[in-house]
Amino acid sequence: MTAVITVPTSLDDLSFEQVIEQLAPHPPEDKVIIDCRHCAFSTPFGLTALLTLAQTRATKPTLLAPDDLDKSSYWARAGFFKYAEDLYDIQGTVPRARSAGESDVLLEVQPIAESNDVHRVVEHIQVRAAQILTTRLHLESKATMGFTMALSEACQNIVEHAGRGGWVMVQVYNYRKRIGRQVAVIAVCDAGIGFRRSLESGNRRPETDRWNDRMALEEAVMRGVSRLSDLGRGQGIKGIKAYVKRRDGKLTVRSGTARVALVPDWDDDYPARENLPAFPGSQMQILIPEALPAEKP
Amino acid sequence: MTHIDVGLVLRHSAKVPYADLVTRTTGAAVRECIERELSALHDGDVAFLDFSAIGMMDYSCADEVVAKLLMSPMSRHRDRGYVVFHGITDAHLEAIEDVLHHHGLALVVHFADGGARLVGAVNADERLVWDMVYAQGNSAATRLAEVAGREIEAMTQLLDVLHRRHLLRFDGASYSAPSLAQS
Repeated sequence: MTAVITVPTSLDDLSFEQVIEQLAPHPPEDKVIIDCRHCAFSTPFGLTALLTLAQTRATKPTLLAPDDLDKSSYWARAGFFKYAEDLYDIQGTVPRARSAGESDVLLEVQPIAESNDVHRVVEHIQVRAAQILTTRLHLESKATMGFTMALSEACQNIVEHAGRGGWVMVQVYNYRKRIGRQVAVIAVCDAGIGFRRSLESGNRRPETDRWNDRMALEEAVMRGVSRLSDLGRGQGIKGIKAYVKRRDGKLTVRSGTARVALVPDWDDDYPARENLPAFPGSQMQILIPEALPAEKP
Repeated sequence: MTHIDVGLVLRHSAKVPYADLVTRTTGAAVRECIERELSALHDGDVAFLDFSAIGMMDYSCADEVVAKLLMSPMSRHRDRGYVVFHGITDAHLEAIEDVLHHHGLALVVHFADGGARLVGAVNADERLVWDMVYAQGNSAATRLAEVAGREIEAMTQLLDVLHRRHLLRFDGASYSAPSLAQS
């Protein structure tokens, strides 16, 4: 049986839950059609999560491209179709990809599988991002450096722990709905083993009967526990959290059936959610808002 | 003096055409190469780790290169050489300070302005005494205690702590900060 999964008109980390909910009853062997025809907007999380979704399926899914050529052109510029063409049978018009050039895409969708991929991403973002982060987000140069460090650490989470490759994308856009300011967003998604299995593989599961994805996320993200017992492990996620807090940003991490968030005052998201529909791997989003006038350098 | 160009080590050991110290894999490759060079140091030698050609450094790589280097058995051997960092900029300092504090470590950094200072986990007393030794040059504990207006026992205790942590040299009579001019 083929199931049609309708992608919301606005696809972000929260609305992607609707996609996972629709997907939940269908085992990986089932054929699914991911219907993006009416999708008018997608964040980096949405695009990287769609690629991740395809990796979770045993039967190659079909993707119906957005009807609106402007939207599908944007997806092409963001590098989405370059990788989606291998993972999906794509139907609909797929515009030829042109360089993102001066657009607000700081980093087109990139695959992350090994250390060299992280080097490539860091090199690319430094060339591209410094000016945009300074002029549009009014971040001083130290904060721009912190942004690159957070990106590097988020990507390394895939290399070190996921057990399979994932995706990263970075963009600046106007987040009118929530904060009314420009934001820079890093999305890093993979379909790997996820936080719970990663900690279990290193015998880092705490002694408790309540062990689940939420506890694993709280251990790893909030307390900096790693599957590896070296004293220095957990520095990366600690660094990301410190940077996000300093910049009044937001961090969300979803893995398995749970999601945790560092929620700033300007947002009303839940700090932790559990019993969500299961989705493999881990999906991270780092959102850094434009500096307020008093903070501008 | 042994000069180690970390940028050169990065290109050769990790075989990446980039200037940034990122990822644990890269960090481990760079550290192993530096450790090989440091193993050739003679007692009391100063090795000068030059980061001038390094772009940015992330936390994981700082942990692999800086913290694990300082914690390695060879670095902890008190009679072996001293390691001084040079060419450290704001692009490196945040990650380095973070991992040093995490592990309770400290190191001597020579900055581009010509000055040197301790970076990492040191208390106010230790920093004050180190700064004084750096300013005074080669000095005996009695002289340093006199300048600081402290009891000789208390001063000796602080100097010994800094020496054990490889932040000060001690030739049996006087203390000095490891620097460029020494070998």
